Amino acid sequence: MSAIALLSHRRGEQVVAWRNTGPVSLDTFLHEVEQVAERLPQHSFVFNLCTDRYHFLVTFCAALLRGQTSLLPPNHAEPALAQLQAAYPDAYAVTDQPMRTAGLKIFPFPALLNTEGHYREIPAIAADQIAAIAFTSGSTGQPMAHPKTWGALVMEAALAASRLEIGPGCHFLGTVPPQHMYGLVFTLMLPLRHGGAIHAGQPLFPADIRLALEALPAPRVLVTTPLHLRICLEQQIELPPLALMLSAAAPLSSELAQRAETAFNTPLMEIYGCTETGAIATRRTASEADWSPLSGITLSSDDGGPSWVKGGHIQTPTALQDVIEITTDESRFRLAGRSADMLKIAGKRASLGDLNRQLNRIPGVRDGVFFAPDEAPGKAVRLSALVVAPELSEQEIIAALRHAIDPAFLPRPLYKVDELPRSATGKLPREHLRLLIAGLQEARS
Amino acid sequence: MNNSQSPLEQEVAALIVQALNLEITPQEIDPAAPLYHEGLGLDSIDMLELSLAISKTYGFQLKSDAPDNASIFSSLQSLTRHIGKSRVK
Repeated sequence: MSAIALLSHRRGEQVVAWRNTGPVSLDTFLHEVEQVAERLPQHSFVFNLCTDRYHFLVTFCAALLRGQTSLLPPNHAEPALAQLQAAYPDAYAVTDQPMRTAGLKIFPFPALLNTEGHYREIPAIAADQIAAIAFTSGSTGQPMAHPKTWGALVMEAALAASRLEIGPGCHFLGTVPPQHMYGLVFTLMLPLRHGGAIHAGQPLFPADIRLALEALPAPRVLVTTPLHLRICLEQQIELPPLALMLSAAAPLSSELAQRAETAFNTPLMEIYGCTETGAIATRRTASEADWSPLSGITLSSDDGGPSWVKGGHIQTPTALQDVIEITTDESRFRLAGRSADMLKIAGKRASLGDLNRQLNRIPGVRDGVFFAPDEAPGKAVRLSALVVAPELSEQEIIAALRHAIDPAFLPRPLYKVDELPRSATGKLPREHLRLLIAGLQEARS
Repeated sequence: MNNSQSPLEQEVAALIVQALNLEITPQEIDPAAPLYHEGLGLDSIDMLELSLAISKTYGFQLKSDAPDNASIFSSLQSLTRHIGKSRVK
């Protein structure tokens, strides 16, 4: 199997990253990667929990050099890490923040003393090496592993760069974490493999996003989400000129896309994909309803069955959680709705059925159901829950759920009720739930 | 249960509970406990929503002083102190 260069930069002084202290040259970067690679302990799997994107990048590359696979946990909360640690007992964690995680072997990101040096050669990584494993929550509550080879990540970045017309010299700022397929590919792989530079931060608030962008030279690419865009618009923040904005992790409405394009005077491309496959398609949401698959990717939809996606960087044909309609010329597709059971919150997916099973498994819960409100694009959608549990308090139920499900899906609010509005056949019609919750909401406020 | 909230802490606690639909009363927020993760269990989406509520109520825009907002959001106390310093209304 062939080997592919770690990055496409070639001149020693070329900028690979931007930190608080200024630009990091290719020479310095490779020197640091080599030093960290030498120090990493001998294990097969590594949790890269670094919060500084530059530390994450150096650790990710050092792990690649050592043939270690980076595990991308769905979140950094203790239950998720403990679950993965049990599945990968060999794994250790690299952190750049003090962490209280029971049972994890911690390797603190090393302080590097010697950052001077000239690189001799660009390391190459075997295309079939498993670079990372991303996880989705499986139907049994156990995480499902989705391995990504180095070759597949490189190809995904290449297809995205070609679609988005990203050339060398772009400066990337991400408001999303790198421990997630969207962040990994669009804030790290894309700049790494296409001559770009990576901002080390992950700004959250609009004022931080502006400051971080101002620290970068043009052309600037902002990798973000509908939620960050909405808050930037609501706070009427002014951003320096951008070359491109990218959005994923939650549905973007055409109205929000138009407002963002106008306010920031920049094209906004939305990325469609999932943890299982990575990026699948793009659209310019302000003016397009249909998605264009990345080059080489094809989709098929059988009547009644799931839709399948294959080709490009997607190594095995994969079933989609969304219902799609393919346009008549077969070049594009439209999302016809999510499989009714599937939820997506904060870039994470879960099935309503699984959440309900976890809720009803809690000792003391006699009956319970999660309720997803109708989607309001750009709004952070939270679930509600109705629970029959006379002996438990709301806080006790939440505390039990915290150990069973991803925190993004915790109900806000949770209502205790005497019984659920089940129909004669035991079903819970959505409209009954909606009315009951609306009534409870009003009573509470 | 904690009864030692200052008047501004009570106000900020009420804002947090109301803006984020939390399953507790404002008085139950321990002024010294972390808001993120283990403490109140808030995530970065909550912080963004909260930043909007704070800018509407107190007229200033939040900026983080650390990559993970560790300091401002380390507790109700520190968030309230920050609001007290930065508010323009």
